[in-house]
Parts: sequence; structure tokens; C-alpha cells
Amino acid sequence: MEAASKLDVESIRADFPILQRKIGDKTLAYLDSAATSQRPVQVTDAMRQFTDYSNANISRSVHTLASEATDAYEGARAKVASFIGAISPDEVVFTKNSTESINLITYAFQNAAVERGADPRFVLKPGDEVVVTEMEHHANLVPWQQLCLRTGATLRWIGITEEGRLDLDDLDEVVNERTKVVSFVHVANLLGTVNPTSQIVARAKAVGALVGLDSSQAVPHIPVDVAELGVDFMAFTGHKMLGPTGIGILWAKAELLDAMPPFLTGGSMIETVTMERTTFAKAPAKFEAGTPPVAEAVGLAAAVEYLEALGMENVRAHEKELAGYMLEKLEAVDGVTIIGPRVPIGRGATVSFELEGVHPHDVGQILDSEGVAVRVGHHCAKPTCIRFGVTATTRASGYVYTTTDEIDRMVSALDKVRKVFA
Amino acid sequence: MDLDELYQEVILDHYKRPRGVGLREPFEGESHQVNPTCGDEITLRVHVEGDTVADLSYENVGCSISKASASVLYELVNGANIDDALARLKEFTALMNSRGQGEADEETLEDAVAFTGVSKYPMRVKCALLGWMAFKDALVRAEAVPTPEGGAE
Repeated sequence: MEAASKLDVESIRADFPILQRKIGDKTLAYLDSAATSQRPVQVTDAMRQFTDYSNANISRSVHTLASEATDAYEGARAKVASFIGAISPDEVVFTKNSTESINLITYAFQNAAVERGADPRFVLKPGDEVVVTEMEHHANLVPWQQLCLRTGATLRWIGITEEGRLDLDDLDEVVNERTKVVSFVHVANLLGTVNPTSQIVARAKAVGALVGLDSSQAVPHIPVDVAELGVDFMAFTGHKMLGPTGIGILWAKAELLDAMPPFLTGGSMIETVTMERTTFAKAPAKFEAGTPPVAEAVGLAAAVEYLEALGMENVRAHEKELAGYMLEKLEAVDGVTIIGPRVPIGRGATVSFELEGVHPHDVGQILDSEGVAVRVGHHCAKPTCIRFGVTATTRASGYVYTTTDEIDRMVSALDKVRKVFA
Repeated sequence: MDLDELYQEVILDHYKRPRGVGLREPFEGESHQVNPTCGDEITLRVHVEGDTVADLSYENVGCSISKASASVLYELVNGANIDDALARLKEFTALMNSRGQGEADEETLEDAVAFTGVSKYPMRVKCALLGWMAFKDALVRAEAVPTPEGGAE
């Protein structure tokens, strides 16, 4: 007999008021956590407590509130750093979301291309190559693609196998001595694949390329340790890990952050300013121009605490069970084709599928009438859709609060879909 | 949630048996429209003879609402006087943007009346309008109507 999930899902659910919500007369079955996760009261309370009691701008004034706000913001940074195994909080930059985190990196490259004396690791020119994968979310594709178009560098990518895994057969050819940077998805948002990182990271290092991860779908769901991964940078976001929207994270090695030109410029990121010139603050401040999302950082810290209390190994084990259950139940539905890995190994509890003859929009609409919330569409991963010959999929994704009962409700709602469109 | 209101029989019928589908020659204007949120696409052609829409032909991928809407569009405007077709386009667009408050005129909109319920679902209004936007654009490209302010795109 398999060991039961170590998460006490019923008591977790009690922390999420939205899970009591009715959609029409049906209780919500929220299976769209890969788009955004729900927030426990601990996160909302922390943000409210901060707003009601300590709200102030940070790092500016000397009054008590400013000091509390600065402590709260920097405390959040330290909490995130320790959560992902960073050696120093200074390696954690707060952004708006993963997309901005990745743009911060690609604009460092772009700015280096026009700056005298820029670190040569960031200077791209024709003949240089940038490597992504075919299973990227648009956030880790479009910024690199645009950077290549602007600098004349060539964008290359690692393909996907029929089973929805990265095709590493020609890795040594795709990542080669011309490669300057490799940025790849850690856990795929459409396919649910958890990518093995060591081989790609080792190859990137061997050719002297920088290597980073889009871990937006990884940090919320599996234990992540940047030192263990051996990467140079990593992007993820607060709202997919029980935190609020409006705050994302870029982690990068301190040495790399020091060498990178800033992305956004303005207040808070300076050392001294004259009318002619500016010298910049050290990282992370160098990359945090303007007033940052302080209350959101407080919420994110509470989310990290919540996840730490659950234990990320337990979260992973729970989701492995969910993935297995979801795959088994969906495979049994007539007309369903899973897009992505069909076994609960090296994959998360995010499952995309097609229902023969019915467009995902229609599937999603009828599921909604049963209170079941899933994502439909191309999931901001159009190249992945094209790879599998579909314009869109229906995607169900679970998290710490997801029950097998909710998956059963989705599966029986699929019968209703089939009836309407029979 | 009243699903029957959204998925009316007439909509499901047009979806399962779309009228006028296929790309045909000749044509003077062609438009390709994409709904970026879901990836639905339509390529639509118009053939104009004098002041008449002599043929409207299309290929599309999409959900039941967008496919049925294109089929209904075909029935309503194929062979119609361009001014009448534009009037129906205006009427249908207004109905879709009415957030469930619009009253459809069965005399002019015929089967398109079935889409009244769609206007209550803001996420689906774009689906219903995709083919109609392509029709409007194709007419401009065919130079059958004046180019709107800001160009055809």
C-alpha cells in the first residue's frame, strides 16, 4: 500500500476561504493553480496587518513606520533567499513577476551591447547563440527572441519528444562553443514536465555559457535549491506559490548581478546623482528602481512560511499522488488524449488534455457550470501547442489544497461535455 | 448558470453543420483574424459584385461559439446588399456588447438571435465576434467600404 499524502489537505483547505465559494449552486473545484494559486488567510492577514499597522515607504525616512516597513521588506527578501538556498539575501531581486525577472536579464544583455566597457559575457553579436527550449512559456521565449533580433545573435532551442520530454539527443550540438546563454523552463506550464536540469547545466558550463531557469512552476511545487542546481540565475513569481500578484523574484549569483547593467533606472537604485551622471547602488537595490511592492513582499514572506511549514518534500509527494490520480482518471475518459508525460514520473500535477471533437473553450465553459475551474487555451505556450498539433488544450492543475474528489468532479463534468456536444 | 441559454440548439446545429465553409475563388478581400487569448483563427474571403456580397467563404478553427457565429454570418450576409450586411454587422456587434441587456430583432438577425445569451459571458463575446470582425476587415480590403479611421488593420 502506498504511503498516504503527508499533507493534511482538509486542514489546509480551511485556510483558504475561496474554496468555500459557490459557482452558481456548486462548490468551487479550483483546478487552475498553475495560472494562479489561491491565498491562505495567513497571507491575507499578514498583508492586512502590515497595511493597517506598519505601512510606509522603505529605506527613506527615519520614522518608526519606515523602519518597520524596511525591516518587513528586507525580511521578506531574506526569507525567500533561505527558501531557495541562496547564499545571501542580496542575490534576491524583487520584480513585478517572472516576465519582468527574465526581461531584467535580457535587458542586461541588451544594454551591455551598447555600453562601453560592459562585461563581455553579456555582449551579444552576430554569430553568438542563445538557447531556450520548445516548451517555454512565452515569458522565457519572447524576451530572448527579441534580444536576438536586436543584437543579431541566433536563437536556438532544444526540442520536445512525443512523450513531452526535452529531447537531449542533440544537446551537444545545440549548446556549443558559440552559446552565450542557456535559459530553460524548469517545470513546463502546459505539459507538466519536470525537466532534468543537470545535463543541460553541465553542458552550458562546459562551453562557458551562462545558464538560468524559469522556475515559475517549480518553486511552488518542488524543493528548489539554487546551489544544488548550479545555475547562474532563476526567475519565479509570488502569485503561483500562495502569495499575492505584483511581486516576482529574480535570483542571480551576486557576482553576476554586480556585472549586469541595470534594467529600470530611477529612484532607490542610485548611489549618487548629478545632472550629468549617476552611479548605481549595489545589487539588489540597483535593480529595484522606484517604490517596490512592499505589502506584496510581506504577503510573499507569509506564503513562504506557509510552504515551509508544510514542507516542500510533502508538497511534492502530495502532487505526485494528484498527478497519478489525474492521469489515471483522465485516461479512462473516452476521447481524452493527454498532451505531455503520461506517467506520474518527472511531472507535476498539471495535466493538459484534448477532448475529441470539443474545443477547450467549450470544455471549460461546461466545466465552469459544474463549478470546476480549469484553464483553457494555449497557456501562453503556443510553440508547444504547435509541436503537438493543437491550437489549444484544457489544463487541470492541482496544488496543496487539491483533493481527489475535485478531480472526480472534473471527470464527471467531462461526461456532461460529451453529452452536450455529442 | 444556465448553459442552455449559451449553447442553444441552433448554435450547436451551426457548429456541427457549418454553412458555406471553405475558401473559394474569386475574392477581392481576405482577412485573417486571431483571438490571442485562445488561439482561435479564421481566414475569411469576400467576393463583391456591384453592391452585393456575392460570396463569403471561410476556413476556421475554434470553439462552438466562434464556428457557429461564422456559419450564421454566412447565412445572413451571403448574397446580401453590402449596406444591409453592414447594418446587420452593426446590429450583431451591439447585441454582443449588450452584456445580456440587448433585445435581438429576429426579422433582421434571424439565427443570430440565438447568440443573445452569449453576451452575458464576457469571455465568450470575442469568440462570437471573430468572424464578424474578419468580414468587416475583408470588406475594407476589397475596397467595398471606406477605410475606417486609423487604417484597415
